[in-house]
Amino acid sequence: MTMDAQTIIAKRIARELSDGMLVNLGIGIPTLVANHVPEGMHVFFQSENGLIGTGPIPEEGMVQARLTDAGGQPVSAIPGACTFDSATSFGLIRGGHVDMTVLGALQVDGQGRLANWMIPGKMVPGMGGAMDLVTGAKRVVIAMQHTAKGKPKIVKQCTLPLTSVRPVSLVVTELAVISFAEGRATLLETAPGVSVEQVMAATEAELRVSQQVPQMQI
Amino acid sequence: MRTVPVEEAVAQIPNGASLMIGGFMAVGTPEHVIDELCRQGKRDLIVIANDTAMPGRGIGKLVTAKLVRKAIVSHIGTNPETQQKMLAGEMEVELVPQGTLIERIRAAGFGLGGILTPTGVGTVVEEDKRKIDVDGREYLVEKPLKADFALVQAFLADYLGNLTYVLTARNFNPVIAMAATSVIVDAEHIVPVGMISPDHVMTPAPLVDYLVTRA
Repeated sequence: MTMDAQTIIAKRIARELSDGMLVNLGIGIPTLVANHVPEGMHVFFQSENGLIGTGPIPEEGMVQARLTDAGGQPVSAIPGACTFDSATSFGLIRGGHVDMTVLGALQVDGQGRLANWMIPGKMVPGMGGAMDLVTGAKRVVIAMQHTAKGKPKIVKQCTLPLTSVRPVSLVVTELAVISFAEGRATLLETAPGVSVEQVMAATEAELRVSQQVPQMQI
Repeated sequence: MRTVPVEEAVAQIPNGASLMIGGFMAVGTPEHVIDELCRQGKRDLIVIANDTAMPGRGIGKLVTAKLVRKAIVSHIGTNPETQQKMLAGEMEVELVPQGTLIERIRAAGFGLGGILTPTGVGTVVEEDKRKIDVDGREYLVEKPLKADFALVQAFLADYLGNLTYVLTARNFNPVIAMAATSVIVDAEHIVPVGMISPDHVMTPAPLVDYLVTRA
């Protein structure tokens, strides 16, 4: 069975989780990470609209209109959940209390700088909580497809407005895992059946590659 | 504090007023007050809120009715009408990072001259702002943000104006209740004084000016 791109990304990022972590998931592929928490592990998921203990989408008839995620969609709250106002929520984020955030991206550059909040003249949704998350979370993990319409998303320099100058920690795509330790893009792993050459061809930024690149475990 | 029909509360709001409105994509937004603003046709409003919701809900209704001159928000992605009006020059939009927006409101309510935040350093957000170095790290100076009115949605209110909120409908509500000259509250339930335990009060009664009654 071949796995689709989104599942590969979500399953690989789930391996970055550990017991007791406070984690904030962005909208889109990042949300899927919650479906792959290892059995027996307890992770606190935060929704920045004011909830820790975000649970699955409620079953039909169980929707509570005053309980939503940061995308405005109905969610559940697991036993032990807590709610708070937006100032506390962003205090948790900016204050370094969130262990990991998983976000989508439009571009990531060779130094690990992220652009994910606007395309001038085309799409101006606003930054929402993204700038605070990238500035304040202990680890920033990017979940994205390696290319968009055939064009590399890991570029030499971001041409779109930056979300933060702080480099992200890790980028996980359906092709590879890339870290940005010391501000340089380093190929850590390739996806099953994907060669180092394929990753290089789909990446515009310069990649540091070691002799042996292990295969992504998912 | 006065307990008044929604028509009377909204009648206090002049055209051109600045309004802080609670809610996150309309969850926790006082819909009755919004509906009455539309009915009375209050124009040229400055709206300070997390987002402009979506057409047909919450602040989205004010956008559709062309009552908003300027929106100071963190996100407009869920409301295509806001984006269209912004690009057509019919409505001004100031985008502020969500954590900075709520802290600017908190600063005004708490009597601070502003806040220092690392969020936005090195991005377009820092344009025209002062930067201050504290122990080797750069911060932006973000000014306090206050308003003429706060429109608050609560879960419980007592007849003095003590408030509680529920679940994710709390969001901006208790913070904006500190930062506006006049505070108008729409509560899901109004209960006798003493029913809300002192430990559970999230907004103290003296902050509330108008409690909207239900017909």
